[in-house]
Amino acid sequence: MSEGNGKNPGNVTSMAHSPVPNEDLGKSGGTAKLKIFRGDAEGGQEVEYEVPLVEGMVVLDAVLAIQAEQAGDLAVRWNCKAAHCGSCSAEINGRPKLLCKTRVEEYDGEEIHVHPMRAFPVIKDLVSDVSWNYEVSKAIKPFQSSEQAPFTMYEEDVERLYEPKKCIECFMCQDVCHVLRTHHKHPEFAGPRFFVRNQWLEMHPMDEADRLADLKEDNGIGFCNITKCCTEVCPVDIKITDNSIIPLKERVASEFYDPAKWLMRKIRGNGSSRNGN
Amino acid sequence: MSSVAAAWKRLPWWVEPMSVVFVLTAFGLYSATIVLLYPGDSEQFPQYLSPFYSPPIGRPDWLPGFVTAPLFVLWIPLGFRATCYYYRKAYYRAFFWDPPACSGKAQQLDRPWAESTESYRGERALFVLNNIHRYFLYASFVVVAFLWYDAVLTFFPEGGFGVKVGSLIWVFNVTLVSAYTFSCHSLRHLVGGRVDCFSCVRGGNVRRKAYNGISRLNAKHPQWAWVSLFSLLLTDVYFRLISAGVIPDLTIIG
Ligand code: SF4
Ligand code: SF4
Ligand code: FES
Ligand code: FES
Repeated sequence: MSEGNGKNPGNVTSMAHSPVPNEDLGKSGGTAKLKIFRGDAEGGQEVEYEVPLVEGMVVLDAVLAIQAEQAGDLAVRWNCKAAHCGSCSAEINGRPKLLCKTRVEEYDGEEIHVHPMRAFPVIKDLVSDVSWNYEVSKAIKPFQSSEQAPFTMYEEDVERLYEPKKCIECFMCQDVCHVLRTHHKHPEFAGPRFFVRNQWLEMHPMDEADRLADLKEDNGIGFCNITKCCTEVCPVDIKITDNSIIPLKERVASEFYDPAKWLMRKIRGNGSSRNGN
Repeated sequence: MSSVAAAWKRLPWWVEPMSVVFVLTAFGLYSATIVLLYPGDSEQFPQYLSPFYSPPIGRPDWLPGFVTAPLFVLWIPLGFRATCYYYRKAYYRAFFWDPPACSGKAQQLDRPWAESTESYRGERALFVLNNIHRYFLYASFVVVAFLWYDAVLTFFPEGGFGVKVGSLIWVFNVTLVSAYTFSCHSLRHLVGGRVDCFSCVRGGNVRRKAYNGISRLNAKHPQWAWVSLFSLLLTDVYFRLISAGVIPDLTIIG
């Protein structure tokens, strides 16, 4: 950004909703070559395109330039172009990325292959069908409280809830997770994004529902082998594995896999021993 | 430091899992060799005890020769590390290649030992046993306490106080081992992870502070896991070098 005289305050995002016109961002010469997947659920192949390289351009700029000038039928999903809406997730060189947050320059000297997310069915070109995720979301026990909102809550009790709330539902963590991507456990495994959601619900001081049995059975948290690919790709830096999945695994372990607690419960003959005292 | 991290990221994906295989295998071979074949103390340096042999406990004479005394303790740190969330990640990636790395290409790799991609069970079959981790943590507290005791003893060779290079190494080692132990996810859970509402439980404020402290340490848990592994190795190697007279144990004070 190069303001400084204060004459032109704000307005830095005025171009956010259209492809960046070349003349607006000093041309830096040269071209960017992109190999983009063209096809649908039946199959397809990569097609190579070349666009003028503009300084600071993101991959979405290049894709939209191609769509505008060379391939009007190229399908790509996007909305905010500001890394907020989570629509433009796709794979660049085999790694999930937000197309609007990934600069072309990052791939200096490398070929750029752009594909749709592969853990979900492809609809067309760069667009895959992520609706399965919404089904999983619906099946999670919603927030439950016997008290009426608005609640009085203390900072110290909710500070852990900000991180999971940052999620923009880009589903890139779902895409990279080998349990879904390689092992196709879609019906049995909820996936990292929904452990993030579950952690928010479970650690919420006002929530009273118990989701531990669901986490173990329906959401299949045991399939996760904490190998952290989800954490590596999250665009909003949620430490998914360390701060959502492992804390939930620990709670599930306390409830179902702790031999001493199991014994105590047998002796006392009662149920859950949760809620932290 | 960040340029090192950036350079590391640029390496081919298989470098990381292969390095883990190499380091863990080498460490395993080294520690197996020393605990099975060599003693952990020396008459010449009575103040030092190799961390692999702590706490020293006797072994009944009727046991077959290959069951050496340190084996009665070593299962604790071994089990602790084998069930640790970080080492689990490391060996699932490096030894089971499931997944070896995150890229699409790495994940596509065939794993000839797996029946099929659908037969994957993660931590639902045999590895469900890793849930026992917290018990190894409790046992490790005892071991770490002994390591601190050993480290303090190194300052009192033959009764008087003195500081030698060895003492600093022992303190350095036990500090790193403690950082590893106290950054454990199970401890984090025990202290605060299982609490939904700190302001609703007795001692909540103290607990929350402890939880936040452990969380900060925990963010570096992988690093603690590696540096403490290397410091254990370094301490044992140092012990063997001074006992063999290869290098002197230089005196700093005393
Ligand atoms: S840590 Fe678990 S949820 Fe995340 S990518 Fe790995 S297996 Fe999937
Ligand atoms: S947790 Fe991160 S990667 Fe997963 S959907 Fe949310 S923002 Fe995307
Ligand atoms: S377009 Fe909204 S996140 Fe990329
Ligand atoms: S998680 Fe690594 S020691 Fe407990």
